[in-house]
Amino acid sequence: MSEEKNLLEVSHLKQYFPVHQGFHTVPLKAVDDISFAIKPGETLGLVGESGCGKTTVGRTLLRLYQPTAGRIVFDGDVLFDSGEQYDEEGKLIVDANGKPIKNKAIDVDMLPYRKKMQMVFQDPYSSLNPRMTVEDIIGEPLDVHKLYANRAERRDKILELMSYVGLNAEHATRYAHEFSGGQRQRIGIARALAVNPKFIVCDEPVSALDVSIQAQVVNMFEDLQKKFGMAYLFIAHDLLIVQHISDRIAVMYLGKMMEVAPSDELNNHPIHPYTLSLLSAVPIPDPETARKSKRIVLEGDVPSPLNMPSGCPFRTRCAYATEQCAEAMPPLTDRGDGHFVACWNK
Amino acid sequence: MSEETKSTEYLLEVENLHTCFHTESGDVNAVNGLSMVLEPGKTLGIVGESGSGKSVTAYSIMQILAETGEITEGSVKYKGEDITKWSEKELHNFRGSKCSIIFQDPMTSLNPVFTVGNQLMEAIMLHTDKNKAEAKERAIEMLTLVGVNEPESRIKQYPHELSGGMRQRVMIAMALACEPDILIADEPTTALDVTIQAQILELMQELQQKLGMAIIMVTHDLGVIASMCDEILVMYGGRVCERGTADDIFYRPAHEYTKGLLRSIPRKDNMNERLVPIGGTPINLLNMPKGCAFCPRCDAAMKICLEEVPEEIRMSDTHLASCWVNIKNMYEAQEENKNE
Repeated sequence: MSEEKNLLEVSHLKQYFPVHQGFHTVPLKAVDDISFAIKPGETLGLVGESGCGKTTVGRTLLRLYQPTAGRIVFDGDVLFDSGEQYDEEGKLIVDANGKPIKNKAIDVDMLPYRKKMQMVFQDPYSSLNPRMTVEDIIGEPLDVHKLYANRAERRDKILELMSYVGLNAEHATRYAHEFSGGQRQRIGIARALAVNPKFIVCDEPVSALDVSIQAQVVNMFEDLQKKFGMAYLFIAHDLLIVQHISDRIAVMYLGKMMEVAPSDELNNHPIHPYTLSLLSAVPIPDPETARKSKRIVLEGDVPSPLNMPSGCPFRTRCAYATEQCAEAMPPLTDRGDGHFVACWNK
Repeated sequence: MSEETKSTEYLLEVENLHTCFHTESGDVNAVNGLSMVLEPGKTLGIVGESGSGKSVTAYSIMQILAETGEITEGSVKYKGEDITKWSEKELHNFRGSKCSIIFQDPMTSLNPVFTVGNQLMEAIMLHTDKNKAEAKERAIEMLTLVGVNEPESRIKQYPHELSGGMRQRVMIAMALACEPDILIADEPTTALDVTIQAQILELMQELQQKLGMAIIMVTHDLGVIASMCDEILVMYGGRVCERGTADDIFYRPAHEYTKGLLRSIPRKDNMNERLVPIGGTPINLLNMPKGCAFCPRCDAAMKICLEEVPEEIRMSDTHLASCWVNIKNMYEAQEENKNE
């Protein structure tokens, strides 16, 4: 593998939300100590069940939330660093009182970086302003970052963007409600493309669309990536779609990263018990394989993130769980070929 | 076999069903001439995208259409009797005890101000002459059957205290409490996560084996129906475009829409290939084409497709499709035979 520089590096990212329970405030650990990197032009798929924190990861990367702790480096610039020090094994370095030893915290103004990182939202119905025309929706990022010299240039840019996503010039003066779901998602994508970003967080961009339309949008994401070379963080719960579009896939469970592997590798040789059951639970649109394959049905539900099990959060539903799993969360270890797994027993 | 004895063999027989919604912007013909039969103990899958009329078909069978909706033509026969002619009182008896439904969203289909047990007992006491204590016993028995742990304490809980998967189990328990012959499942797992979806699908298959009810499975997910159904109906624009066994539909699709749908979904074997999407936008029911509903999006569309609705023709014993392309191919094959 070439030693290309990473576009985005995330280390020990934590995102807690305060939840008030009567007089007490307890932290909800939506994202708990995850690290990963994305290379320029790469697509990293992020999968997991609802409530596992995958959307929070995307939003925290763009600093739509203020991260609780960790470090985010984008394109060589540190966007956020809470300053905690970690040793080489990834353990937090603490002083005699158990307090983490800190460097100086870094927190930058995000506005210049909004030009480089953008987001496409899940719901094409609520993510477009109903009072704005398509022209104004796509033009707003251009206005904010002052990317044009005069009105004519603004209009040209908007029409060019619309042509990239397969919208016609006559659509420019219409409002969002006049479009179907798939077309609205195209408007959202054109808006994200307006500032020519290097990185786009796609938060479930196709799950609200009809089956026959999903393929159109997935193909468009792939074409645009070929053309402009941006990297995607593709968040979705539909595993087949994610496998199709991603170069690498990360599997999350209750705020923790369980397995990261190249797409084909994860598909053919999943290692983590959670990934195994997740893959086997996906209904396969092929009667022959569906009859042959045996579902690994997980017992019970996902535990509440407010009351997380100690150690590995998956141990309560895992068939391989041992005492060690209850004691500590296993680290993500390299199993070769870029395949990382966090499990003590597999 | 004479015609009469045949019709009583079927549990449910829908003939030329037309359902229409009268809206401010005009009449919306959601179902346009749908026919189907359901045998006891079998599973029928109805698949289609939003607006294809799959849910409206289910609601028409149960006769729980919104106030603006109306069955304008056709019949729905349950054990040979046309239930569209039944009175509200007779229907009351039909719904719940003969035929029941589970909805897509378990969050909104339970009443938030009553306990789970209360709602289960209501369904049981309404349809049987059990008293309160017996109904409670039955409720606990049903919850145990659908795999809810500690049913004695669960029946005192409110819906918000249960997870999505648990709520859907309660819905299934409620639907099956009076041992109906038909269970209609309207996108029962769409709102659930894949691992929970697997649990619920497994549970439904298990209960079918135990209780022997027939299931109508309405879904947009081709993956869900591939493993579950004896027969599959593919719907588009309020009409059935193709019907057959899972193998017919997935391995020998005969309608251009089914073919397109199968090409457009990612599968294990086309992971590194480009998906082939179906062009255009989903159908607008207010402005239906005169001929085949799919023709504006169909690559193989011919002149006749714009003009006339194709008839259903038999591809094999179990397999029927309504597409002009097949009729053309058959005609051409016949011509060739003649020339030889």
